[in-house]
Amino acid sequence: MIKHFLTLEWKQYFRSSYWQKSLGLNIILVFFALYFVAMFLLGGLALYPILKEIYPDNDPFIIVNSFTFYWIIVDLLMRFFFQKLPVMSVKPLLTLPIKRSSVVNFVLGKSVLSFLNFLPLFAVIPFGLVLIYEGYNVSITIVWMVVMLLITLIINFLNFIIESLTAESELSFLPLIVVTSVLFALNYFDIVSFSSMVSKAVLSIAENPLLISIPILVLIGLYVYNFKLLKAKLFLDSSLKSKTQEVKVADMAWTRRFGKMAPFMQLDLKLIWRNKRPRSSVFIVVIGLLYGLFFYPNPMYQDKPWFFAFVGIFVTGIFLINFGQFVPAWDSGYYKMLMSQNITYEDYLKSKFTLMSLSVIILFVLSIPYVYFGWDILLAHFAAAIYNIGVNTHVILFGGSFNRKKIDLNQRAAFNYQGTGAVQWIIGLPLMLLPMGIFAVFYFAINFEAGIGALTILGLLGMVFHQKLMKFITEKYLDSKYKMINAFSQDN
Amino acid sequence: MITTSNLSKKYNDITVLHIDHLDIPKGQSFGLVGNNGAGKTTFFSLLLDLIRPTTGHIKNNDILVQDSEAWKPFTSSFIDESFLIGYLTPEEYFYFIGELRGQNKADVDMLLSQFEDLFNGEILNQKKYLRDLSKGNQKKAGIVSALIGNPEVIILDEPFANLDPTTQIRLKKTIKDLAETKGVTVLISSHDLMHVTDVCERIVVLEKGEIIKDLATSEATLKELEAHFAG
Repeated sequence: MIKHFLTLEWKQYFRSSYWQKSLGLNIILVFFALYFVAMFLLGGLALYPILKEIYPDNDPFIIVNSFTFYWIIVDLLMRFFFQKLPVMSVKPLLTLPIKRSSVVNFVLGKSVLSFLNFLPLFAVIPFGLVLIYEGYNVSITIVWMVVMLLITLIINFLNFIIESLTAESELSFLPLIVVTSVLFALNYFDIVSFSSMVSKAVLSIAENPLLISIPILVLIGLYVYNFKLLKAKLFLDSSLKSKTQEVKVADMAWTRRFGKMAPFMQLDLKLIWRNKRPRSSVFIVVIGLLYGLFFYPNPMYQDKPWFFAFVGIFVTGIFLINFGQFVPAWDSGYYKMLMSQNITYEDYLKSKFTLMSLSVIILFVLSIPYVYFGWDILLAHFAAAIYNIGVNTHVILFGGSFNRKKIDLNQRAAFNYQGTGAVQWIIGLPLMLLPMGIFAVFYFAINFEAGIGALTILGLLGMVFHQKLMKFITEKYLDSKYKMINAFSQDN
Repeated sequence: MITTSNLSKKYNDITVLHIDHLDIPKGQSFGLVGNNGAGKTTFFSLLLDLIRPTTGHIKNNDILVQDSEAWKPFTSSFIDESFLIGYLTPEEYFYFIGELRGQNKADVDMLLSQFEDLFNGEILNQKKYLRDLSKGNQKKAGIVSALIGNPEVIILDEPFANLDPTTQIRLKKTIKDLAETKGVTVLISSHDLMHVTDVCERIVVLEKGEIIKDLATSEATLKELEAHFAG
């Protein structure tokens, strides 16, 4: 049975148009993976001597263990955003003579093979070997390494439980963020010292191997709970039952003033408001707006103004990046219709442009209170907003013409955790890093005002040449029209 | 109205469609029949410039479809459910299409009022999104949306599939009416020989991408088609 599943997986992966058409992106992903592996290996090897150097009086082994708590919290958060339960299209399997339990076991088993589970081992094993080399008790070290592996797997399965319990709600990431922040705060202010508790627990297991049955039992418990959750969802009716939503109609007359783009603007606004996936990108805006609070109160960044540009791009451009990176995939479900309809591509794209530009302006206005942390921050945000409107909107629309991945807005199948994957984050990086780089160059070469000026001028140039740029981008879209239609009509 | 010359479409050296010459005059109701894989949808996709021909071209009212977009204002189509925007209500969808085709709300409402019996009270004012309608009702909405804006060419792929008998009969009447009284060129494909012979004045049989029969519909046509497909 497993053999059949494996061949299905294999074929699904390598036969998808996505794999075949974005080899370059896959290479980048592999490169990133190798980079992380190398960093972890290096970290694992160098950790002991470094800790010995900094804290000559303390035992590095104890110090590492005292960080286990932070690792668990951070890992859990990272996974929540990056790792999704491996998806398997189960609908065709349900009517075949296959036990439901074997499908669920396969999906869960597959998740164990995730890259995220192997990554910690690249640090844990070399660190353990260094410990043995340094004369630590061999059996304690080995038990410790096993405990680390168990914790990784516990995090793995705990994440899926959290995801499936919160997947239904709109702000699915809020509960986890709140809980982890509370835990972190309790620990930080020494109200409840979780880090020493976790550290003690790990140490006592390492010294007393019989106690290892506790994490094993926890792991089994989590697996069984996951199994139950998934199995309960593995029925057709959970995807068939019609969750008809009551329609909220708004006539959005104000879009009229945008002339020929008006129908597309209305369509985009409805798209965002009526579909779960794009709607969540609106809520992320709130998080993005608060992002500055993460940096500005911190004295560490006070004397690093080149960082302001980055935060400015992020704060004013969060919607732009979140929404823009999926243009035109948002419309992939009915792309054929749009292409055979009496539309002008330019109006279609201009509507997206206007929407993104408006979001930048609104977000800039909302970010004005940051002036509390200094006028130069407001200035940096202003320059970043201009840059976002003039440059980043065009760049992201241009990037969209390479978009070949369908987004299924209507999906409500079981195992529905489709969200933003690592790939999209990598695409988003140049949008933020490039302006930061430009700013930094001018800042270090001349001064702060020159950096602001550089970003503003680039942004203004983009606005001046808006018509020309849009023409160029439109042509790009027309060029790849057939490829997009083809890719969007495929299921993977 | 529609001229096809030397048209072919190949996927990896396998020819899925090859039409030397096909002329469809204005106001004709034209039926395309053939088994699965005969190339019906491929032909319609080429006509709508959704895929690129390997050789040859199609002209729609003397406009080369793969070069210009000027055929779009007078051509409308409904190929499958992927032509619908799931998160709109049927009304919003009709108005959206209407807007793209230069029709205001009143124009669209007027057209819709003719189809009230076709809709059977299940489509308009239901406070439902298109994605929540049944397959049959989605199809009805899609077909009606293809009639918005007085198109001169209407392309419908398998319009009768998934529809209930009452709607099939009404739809046949509508299509006939369009071709006979309004001079609209209607292209439909179907697996249902009876429906096609009822509706179309001309029927072309495709087999493995080639035209093998081109019939003007008469009393004998249905028999001939049945004999042909019975092998």
